[in-house]
Amino acid sequence: MAVDLTASLGSLQLSAPTLTASGCAAAGKELAQFGDVSTLGAVVTKSIMMAPRSGRATPRMAETPSGMLNSIGLQGPGIESFLENDLAWLRANNVTTIVSIAGNNVDEFGELARILAKVDGVDGLEVNISCPNVESRGQVFACNPISAAQVIETVRSVWHSDAPVLAKLSPDVTDIVEIAHSVVEAGVDGVSMINTLLGMVIDVDQMKPMLGGRTGGLSGPAIRPVAVRAIYQVHAALPHLPILGMGGIRTGHDALEFIAAGASAVSIGTVVFGDPGAPWRIANELGQELQSRGYNSLSEVVGLAHQN
Amino acid sequence: MKCVIRSIAPVGNYLHMVLDAPEVDEVAPGHFAAVSVGGIGGGMLLRRAFSIHKSTPGESIEIIFAPHGQGTQWLATQTAGDVIDIIAPLGKPFVLPRKPISCVIVAGGYGAAPMELLARELRSRGCRVDVVLGAATQEKLFGVLDLKGVADSVTVTTDDGTSGVRGRVTDVLPELIQKNNSQAVYACGPMPMLQAVAKVAQDNGAFSQCAVEESMACGIGVCMTCVLPIVGDDGVTRMARSCVDGPVFRGDRVRWDDVHTVPSDAFGAPRLGGH
Repeated sequence: MAVDLTASLGSLQLSAPTLTASGCAAAGKELAQFGDVSTLGAVVTKSIMMAPRSGRATPRMAETPSGMLNSIGLQGPGIESFLENDLAWLRANNVTTIVSIAGNNVDEFGELARILAKVDGVDGLEVNISCPNVESRGQVFACNPISAAQVIETVRSVWHSDAPVLAKLSPDVTDIVEIAHSVVEAGVDGVSMINTLLGMVIDVDQMKPMLGGRTGGLSGPAIRPVAVRAIYQVHAALPHLPILGMGGIRTGHDALEFIAAGASAVSIGTVVFGDPGAPWRIANELGQELQSRGYNSLSEVVGLAHQN
Repeated sequence: MKCVIRSIAPVGNYLHMVLDAPEVDEVAPGHFAAVSVGGIGGGMLLRRAFSIHKSTPGESIEIIFAPHGQGTQWLATQTAGDVIDIIAPLGKPFVLPRKPISCVIVAGGYGAAPMELLARELRSRGCRVDVVLGAATQEKLFGVLDLKGVADSVTVTTDDGTSGVRGRVTDVLPELIQKNNSQAVYACGPMPMLQAVAKVAQDNGAFSQCAVEESMACGIGVCMTCVLPIVGDDGVTRMARSCVDGPVFRGDRVRWDDVHTVPSDAFGAPRLGGH
């Protein structure tokens, strides 16, 4: 008997357990040559902002052991073009869509949520309060429980939709459980974790930081144990909170670790850059991993590592 | 797709790899292949991009690479019969002329890799093809003999004078354009060379098509790493992706002086105070 791989994030039912990760699949269209995007759990879009945004200077990327550092800086077309082109494509192709939003300030998050609440085809909202690629570290709302809650309260107040609101959390904090508590009190339906860790690579020939943005976000399998730990901690403290897990997942075996730690579904991020078919492959592998261990469904394994 | 390596052999300072690629159909000059390095479960996640040297549709593709970094050094240790993973063909290739015009191909080092394919395409359209190949030194030249078999002329330049004319490709290019009334210049090589070639072409009334070299993470358009400022048909500068919007761009559309920066007038550029 085939393993039941359906998953859920609050009220959102997913036909598959693997999603794309924000910033790692644009708005899904480019992946269509590698698989049927409508069969993914969902596409989580690159974070969209109100205005078009050029992103930061290059070099924007440095490969690191089992990972990479990026300082893209949220390059994107702005919400208007996103609705007209990207969301329209996603809808036309029946893709389950979680839109990631990022604002320069609290009001901008609210404005984006207000706009997205009125359009069809948005199955969930991921509020990116943790992008490290911004000039001001003060903009990393997820580093402070009060500013994190302010963003979520503002989004929540205009989000008159059943589609779940997820807060994307940063691991670059002293106590991620405290941040999780604060966004839950502010009204999120779930959390996405983890975003990248702030890092730096120095070019010792030119004696300067390698990235145009100097610092960048570290992602890939190098950060996987950090993600598993963070999810484990948050699930232990808030066992009923839906968690979308991400951070260096490369195989179905990796994905199973995240599920066992407490994630209800997983996003596949950096690994897509080297293996664009990874979200589909990992879903298959996860099914095999579950089957070989005698499980009948994904849902029965969520958080199982806490029992022992 | 998984490809068996048919052969790998040194050519000057470079390595020439032939791969079984039954799933790769038509390849146009300027297309590239993205190759996984380091093996399954290895520590290098990102593919390396190489312009496709030659292809036999449905059978094989060939690439040329320099074992400069950790990834290409790993690739250099692979032998015939080993299996590697590639995605190909990727990117926008060179735009070919509709009419049988006079063209110049300019390449620096192993930037010459796609140029035999290009020269054949141009010749098949009745174009005159003159070629300039440049490198720092003789061992870093590529494709001289092969291109001599296709082109109307091949001029070689080396910085140290070990082969051909001592100097840069741009030292011989203006005269060549003028003598043959060349209307199009096709270039592939290091960015400073491309910038210089694009300027010479423009100054001499020729169009240029440049295959740029920007470091890529994904090669398929999702990561936004390999961007450079390109002026669009509407006159607006955008940070375009060299993997899917390029790697070939019109030389007069690349803001060469602003590569590695975001010009303040670019679409979505940071307002005062940054972003």
